[in-house]
Amino acid sequence: MKTTYMNPYLAGVLLGLVLLMAFFFSGRGLGASGAVKSVVVSAVDIVAPEHTANSAYYSKYVGEGKSPMKSWLVFEMIGVLVGGFLSGALSGRLKWKVEHFPGITANRRLIFAAMGGILFGFGSQLGRGCTSGSALSGMASLSVAGFVSMMAIFGTAFVLAYFLRKNWI
Amino acid sequence: MGPLVPQEIIGASWNLFIAFGIGIGFGFVLEQAGFSSSRKLAGMFYGYDTVVLKVFFTGAITAMLGLLFFSLFGWIDLSLIYVNPTFIWSAIVGGIIMGAGFIIGGFCPGTSVCAAAIGKIDAMVFIGGIVLGIFFFAEGYPLLKDFYMAGSFGPIKVSDVLGISGGVMAFLVIIAALVMFKLGELAEKKWPREEY
Repeated sequence: MKTTYMNPYLAGVLLGLVLLMAFFFSGRGLGASGAVKSVVVSAVDIVAPEHTANSAYYSKYVGEGKSPMKSWLVFEMIGVLVGGFLSGALSGRLKWKVEHFPGITANRRLIFAAMGGILFGFGSQLGRGCTSGSALSGMASLSVAGFVSMMAIFGTAFVLAYFLRKNWI
Repeated sequence: MGPLVPQEIIGASWNLFIAFGIGIGFGFVLEQAGFSSSRKLAGMFYGYDTVVLKVFFTGAITAMLGLLFFSLFGWIDLSLIYVNPTFIWSAIVGGIIMGAGFIIGGFCPGTSVCAAAIGKIDAMVFIGGIVLGIFFFAEGYPLLKDFYMAGSFGPIKVSDVLGISGGVMAFLVIIAALVMFKLGELAEKKWPREEY
């Protein structure tokens, strides 16, 4: 099989080394959903500062001396945007498109993408981190939460794959 | 020696700069691996493309072994490494909701940002969904708090729960991963497809 993508095992080793560097330098793993949380908290804080000050959830992140956007994960995710863009540019993959299985329309793909995003966003907060922060980084540090997250995420996706098959195959 | 920032070998003011650099590496590797394509990601669950399995487990094992060897060589103090705490019920239910989001939406948060960086519009819509989902959780937090905090075990490790060393645990994960890689290769032969 000819592929323009990197060999997956090599990519995995490189991903592991990036994660190891995060542990070695900053004493923490990678993450993604936490950066979006910072954006949400900041946005709500701008629109309704009284609400964030009185909320049991938002008040953990805002107030005197706290700035949710000056977080490790926010800067890391800005880096992901840059790194992803550079990789796409080098490999000739920069292109505006709605990628979808030819058997469905682009609109159907977008509706499902929105629904999936809502579920993933909600679940990542309940589960204290997503595939990167909880599952991948958690597994590397042998955390029980990491293994539980990994099994729950992938297990559920496998179980539901049958019902969603018309979207993908 | 490590971790460098928590031990103040590198000043805390450098931490965000380091985060940015690590993020560039993270995004670059994800995109090179093909994680910017929802069809490649979803292929894992239909057997036609198991790149997720291979990259995810190779990455986790590499970092896991790296931490163990760094600790053995005295290069890193594992007690200063963040271990995400286990709240068993919210971890299971949160994971189930995320799994549903994965197969419905075709991305996870990190991969969607990576895909948006190269112009995938479906990924941008997925990110919009994440924003809404997090907003719903934040607004519903008073109702969810009891469940969110239930079943707290602190930052426990699988190796401690099973009463084995970190090295033996890593060895078991490697064996499991090799079996899964073999199954993945067989599945890709059985359900071949075009590259996209």
